Amino acid sequence: MTTPAWFAELQEAAQAEYESLPMPTRKIESWRFGNIKQLDFEGFTPEDQTNITLSIPDLPEGVICMPFEEALEKHSDLLQQYFMRNTPRLGSEKFAALHKANVKGGLFLYVPDDVVVETPIEVNHSLSGSNKISFPHTLIITGKNAEVSVLDRFSSANNEDAGLCIAVNDLIAGEGSRLTYCALQEVNLTSRFIQINETTVERGATAKAFTLNTGAQWARNESLSKLNGEGGHSDMLSCSIPSGTQQFDQRTFQHHAAPHTNSDLLYKNSLHENAKTVFSGLILVDEDAHYTDAYQTCRNLMMNDTAEANSMPGLEINADQVKCSHGSTSATISDEEIFYLRARGIPPHKARRLIALGFSAQAVDKIGNEVLETAAFEAIERKFATL
Amino acid sequence: MSYDTSTIDQETQDAISVDQAKGDFSFPENHKFDAGVGLSSDTVDYISNVKDDPDWVREFRHKGLKTFLDKPMPTNWATKDLENIDFDKIRYYLSDGQKPKRSWDEVPPEVLETFERLGVPEQERAFLAGVEAQYDSEAAYSNVKEELEKDGVIFVNSTEGLKEHEEIFRPWFGKVIPTGDNKFSALNSAVFSGGSFIYIPKGLKVKHPLQAYFRINSENFGQFERTLIIADEGSEVMYMEGCTAPKFETATLHSAVVELVAMKDAKIQYITVQNWSSNVFNLVTKRGMAHEDAEIRWIDCNIGSRLTMKYPGVVMKGERARGEVISIALANDGQHQDTGAKMIHAADNTTSNVISKSISVGEGRSTYRGQVHIPKNLKGCKNNTECDALLINSHSKTDTYPAITVRGNQHVTQHEASVSQVSEEMLFYMEQRGIPEAAAMSLAVNGFINELAQEFPMEYSVELKRLVELEMEGSVG
Repeated sequence: MTTPAWFAELQEAAQAEYESLPMPTRKIESWRFGNIKQLDFEGFTPEDQTNITLSIPDLPEGVICMPFEEALEKHSDLLQQYFMRNTPRLGSEKFAALHKANVKGGLFLYVPDDVVVETPIEVNHSLSGSNKISFPHTLIITGKNAEVSVLDRFSSANNEDAGLCIAVNDLIAGEGSRLTYCALQEVNLTSRFIQINETTVERGATAKAFTLNTGAQWARNESLSKLNGEGGHSDMLSCSIPSGTQQFDQRTFQHHAAPHTNSDLLYKNSLHENAKTVFSGLILVDEDAHYTDAYQTCRNLMMNDTAEANSMPGLEINADQVKCSHGSTSATISDEEIFYLRARGIPPHKARRLIALGFSAQAVDKIGNEVLETAAFEAIERKFATL
Repeated sequence: MSYDTSTIDQETQDAISVDQAKGDFSFPENHKFDAGVGLSSDTVDYISNVKDDPDWVREFRHKGLKTFLDKPMPTNWATKDLENIDFDKIRYYLSDGQKPKRSWDEVPPEVLETFERLGVPEQERAFLAGVEAQYDSEAAYSNVKEELEKDGVIFVNSTEGLKEHEEIFRPWFGKVIPTGDNKFSALNSAVFSGGSFIYIPKGLKVKHPLQAYFRINSENFGQFERTLIIADEGSEVMYMEGCTAPKFETATLHSAVVELVAMKDAKIQYITVQNWSSNVFNLVTKRGMAHEDAEIRWIDCNIGSRLTMKYPGVVMKGERARGEVISIALANDGQHQDTGAKMIHAADNTTSNVISKSISVGEGRSTYRGQVHIPKNLKGCKNNTECDALLINSHSKTDTYPAITVRGNQHVTQHEASVSQVSEEMLFYMEQRGIPEAAAMSLAVNGFINELAQEFPMEYSVELKRLVELEMEGSVG
């Protein structure tokens, strides 16, 4: 395979950028409450071979759907146009540069104008090998009024090997299109995971990005959604179920750059045992983005007395005629709720589990795609079976 | 129907400047002691010499200076505007060398006239139990009603407090807010002067409020008062502070440290109406420590200053302690009100409540910054935080940055924030009923803060509403 010249140059620059950027410290707002120790990748090397399988249904004419490398060869021009156009802004600039310099495997999906892909496209990533870093990339572009959905699964080949995955997604929803993306992170408990998601929503488009975290000893999710055109709508959804000593660090950014746009964020964390979560969200409404509706909700369900939840729900509003709200709560299951179920013959431990399950399910219900919702529910149940 | 919200008409401008003019006057300087311009260890020694500090205070100051110089500006999270403070151009100590007077008759005429114009003696006669009036670095007047003195209430300035009442003062001084808490608490520790020391004896409930008024008269001046209030077991006190400064061309710095200690069952209410002129950097650290069953309430209203950074806090150290912050901020053109609250739960069954309402007018920016912390091994802690922001014009800005840490599953926290504006429908409705636009706007805004304004003592809430009315008038042009 021959790498296009522009791409080789880009990677070389990215490597230099990676080396020049400083390591984050907790003094930086974007790493406040974060666990910097997890960023020590000493002894880790990029994996030699990716282990990714694509399940591609019969696709309408014109749809391009192929592994990232193949696209680099066959659709170099499209990639040049869309590949990692923006520098991430949520703290992992250094690791995004590392990803750029080492990207290997993943999905390239292009849906032309007015084409609807009904069946979801499924991608399976399996982390394998000890002390290996994988750098999968997902690039999805929808043309005018196009429609597509993608299910991205991350798992480990076995329970022992400590892996590291630095994944970047670019979701570009063209005018009036509908783009739904669902990532299920279920890697083993010795691995670490960094996911950097960037969604761009053009005029009249609807983008939904859902991330489920049940695996990894430490996961950092950075999700940014930029609303570029009137009538754009973005749903940012997440469901996390950390247990044991798992730590999940979530940073989100809803950027309203055009008037008459709306975004809705719902993050549900149910924390078991000694789990720890950090949620830091920001809604930014640009000066001219009047008539913005933006909502941000993070709910933490504390299942044990040793769990820790940190929330930093932020707003920056520079426009007029906006409706914005954010809310964050941390609480446990009330005795009344347990009592209600017990009165109906359900034993307490089962009642607690049912309520926690229902709590997590609320974010899943908003995906609005049956296949993806079912996959997410199954992953949630897999996690609960271990608790 | 549309409103041109970009201009402020002349009438409004007049209305606003009338109000600002209340504090916008100054007298020629008459200082016997002047620490000069800039800050060094000589400045600190000069202040210590003039005040005849005991050795432990002198040491405390030098340690403060070192910490101040070592600490970076917090611009990693705070506004870059902080970089515009030129610490080498500020005068750190100015006084006429007089002791605070017990009677207004003995106060120098221009100082008396200053406070007369600000209405301080009049308020004292009307409803206050005691008053301290600070002019630049030192208190010019300090008096407390005789019967309170007989009951054992101490209400003096900090210099007198640390000298005459060391046995009560020293154990708590710098304990609620350590010198190194932040760069500005360190600066205050180095050059503090003035402020109040209050002690309320066991079981005494002081009916009328005590008041302090802080006045800056001199240009390029930095005011660094230090207040320590100790309410002994079962006592209650309400303390109010007001402040103004003339509008100078150059920046003025006000950086206070206020520490409150509420012993078992005690209750402290601390009320601030901040109306500094728009050239003042107001960087204040305020924190209270509430012991078992004690309650500390900060009622904080910020209308003036160029940049205010102030996050009153309560450390709930004893079981069932309560902490509350009620905050109103109004940011007009050229102003940034960066305010909030800090609630540290350090015992079981402690509860805290934060209610913040901010209004941004013209190009004003208001920010809520909050911290709620519930550490390990506690149970039954509750926090409620509500932040509402009102944007008046298309260039007005508002931000919210809370941080909430909860460990364990035996607590309840909730945070809610909303941003809205006065709707055109609401204004239209009122105009239809013959209420002029400006008045309608003012009514809507007063409605927004009304619930909180009622938390202020009546005399203040009337004043507050009037201030808001003036600041708001005609902002919809």
